[in-house]
Amino acid sequence: MLAVRDLAVRFGGVTALERVSFEVRPGSITSVIGPNGAGKTTAFNAITGYLKPSGGRVTYDSVALTGLRPSAIARRGIVRTFQKTSVFPALSVEDNVLTGLHLRGTAGFFAVLAGRRRLAAEERKLASDAAAVIDFVGLGHRRRAIAGALPYGEQRLVELAVALAAKPRLLLLDEPGAGMTGSEKAVVSGLIRRVREQGLTVLLVEHDMRMVMGISDTVIVLNGGKVIAEGAPAAIQAHPEVIRAYLGGSAGAA
Amino acid sequence: MTRGGGVILAAAALALPFWLQSPYHLHVAIMAGIFGVLAMSLNLLLGYTGQLSLGHAAFFGIGAYTSALLTLKLDWSFWPALGLAVALAALAGFFIGRLALKLRGAYFVLVTISFAGVISLVSVNWIELTNGPLGLPGVPAPALGPWSLRSKTAYYYLVLTAVGLSYLVCRRLVRSRIGRALVALRENEPLAESVGVDVTHYLVLAAVVSAAMAGLGGSLYAHYTRFVSPEVFLFTYTVTMVIMVVAGGKGTLAGPLVGAVLFTVLPEALRAAASWQWQMLVYGVLLVLLVFFLPHGIVPWLAGAMPRLAGTVSASPAPPPPDAPPARG
Repeated sequence: MLAVRDLAVRFGGVTALERVSFEVRPGSITSVIGPNGAGKTTAFNAITGYLKPSGGRVTYDSVALTGLRPSAIARRGIVRTFQKTSVFPALSVEDNVLTGLHLRGTAGFFAVLAGRRRLAAEERKLASDAAAVIDFVGLGHRRRAIAGALPYGEQRLVELAVALAAKPRLLLLDEPGAGMTGSEKAVVSGLIRRVREQGLTVLLVEHDMRMVMGISDTVIVLNGGKVIAEGAPAAIQAHPEVIRAYLGGSAGAA
Repeated sequence: MTRGGGVILAAAALALPFWLQSPYHLHVAIMAGIFGVLAMSLNLLLGYTGQLSLGHAAFFGIGAYTSALLTLKLDWSFWPALGLAVALAALAGFFIGRLALKLRGAYFVLVTISFAGVISLVSVNWIELTNGPLGLPGVPAPALGPWSLRSKTAYYYLVLTAVGLSYLVCRRLVRSRIGRALVALRENEPLAESVGVDVTHYLVLAAVVSAAMAGLGGSLYAHYTRFVSPEVFLFTYTVTMVIMVVAGGKGTLAGPLVGAVLFTVLPEALRAAASWQWQMLVYGVLLVLLVFFLPHGIVPWLAGAMPRLAGTVSASPAPPPPDAPPARG
């Protein structure tokens, strides 16, 4: 289980996150929503080690993640995607996913130089794992295509495939539906549900309310760097503070 | 490169001394081989991890001086001296690799240039050890058991072995998860980290292997020319390596070798064909044309042109990926 306690991030005099606390239950789909600048992506960056928090702590299964490098956090089973499309552009879809499988390979420097026979077996295993992940996101027909040349929606699927290849237990998705058409978003929602059925926990940042309300078990609302509401989708939709945050900040100002 | 093509090229390289009778031609072939090792070494950093080391001559020079000093002053034989030359260059690569973690892009380039500058100054000023600008003459030729490798033909095969070994090291690395990790750092470092690629580990590894290989080239150079001076640290050497890698095709296995052969043979051919004022002019113009028309290098261009020429490309005209590693398998 992921637990965020009093997480704070300040950039100079600007407070991006102020004592944010929440938990993500194992096997759940949890969404973080909030207006632009609410600190959603900042929270993601602080949880996954891309940003050093100014205060507070993040633990996963009671082990502290704060201060670890992103690659070390990935090794503990927490893998993220990025808000801006992020693939290895010059590589084929297959090589993108093979790179995502990095932690599942074991070949070290000297074994590689010696050209051990078991390495070939490992490479074959990785290639078949990669094929399975590519089929899972529905890009089987694009296996040899260069990722950077794919249409936007498919690049986002490549990104998801790369993250899934890293065998996360907790998957953090930063706006997986951003810039997608309605039908593409439906595909992504379906994939996120199937990912959860396989036992993964999903935490996502998303702007599309229909998507969020459709797939989330729990919704966390950030505004101005603070958690202003947390609960089931239906409760959040009716929450007065949330409505205020989205429809206009001045309505409830003291 | 296909397996068949590789075998033919290897056989041609092995047979070269039989139809290159002139020692001068053999000399050009040996220099091409030494530069091939150097270009492959630079390609590991520049082509695969995307870090430009403009101080690469430093590792070359460290290898050359280490090997020369050990054989001249301590009477070591060639082979252990070669080993220590490679090890010392690798150690220097380790420190540069550690630095690269904190610096990227232009800053890394500046640090590598400065590193080469400092090492060069040491070689000029530590006269008791290096003999300063006068250099170290009389570096002994290597021997293999009772056989001296003094002859050009023997040395050619020594260099060819080094080229083959370096190529094998590069190929095995590149086609493994290590190679994928290196390319991932070049392509998208934050994404690579997010799937668990340890930046520290792989950048240092690439720098160490690259430097070790350059040290190997340096040692071979020292025992071939039999003379080492601070000139080995000249910026020209680094620039030549960069030209070879970029023109041949960075991030490809065969590219640096193609570049090394081309840019060792070309100046020599021009020397025979034109007076010296024209040599550099023609060389420069050719270089500009090459970079202009084949921006990704000769090998990626060939890889793209070959199927087109053979008429095997179907309706999907997928251009070769820029800077992509060669097809797997």
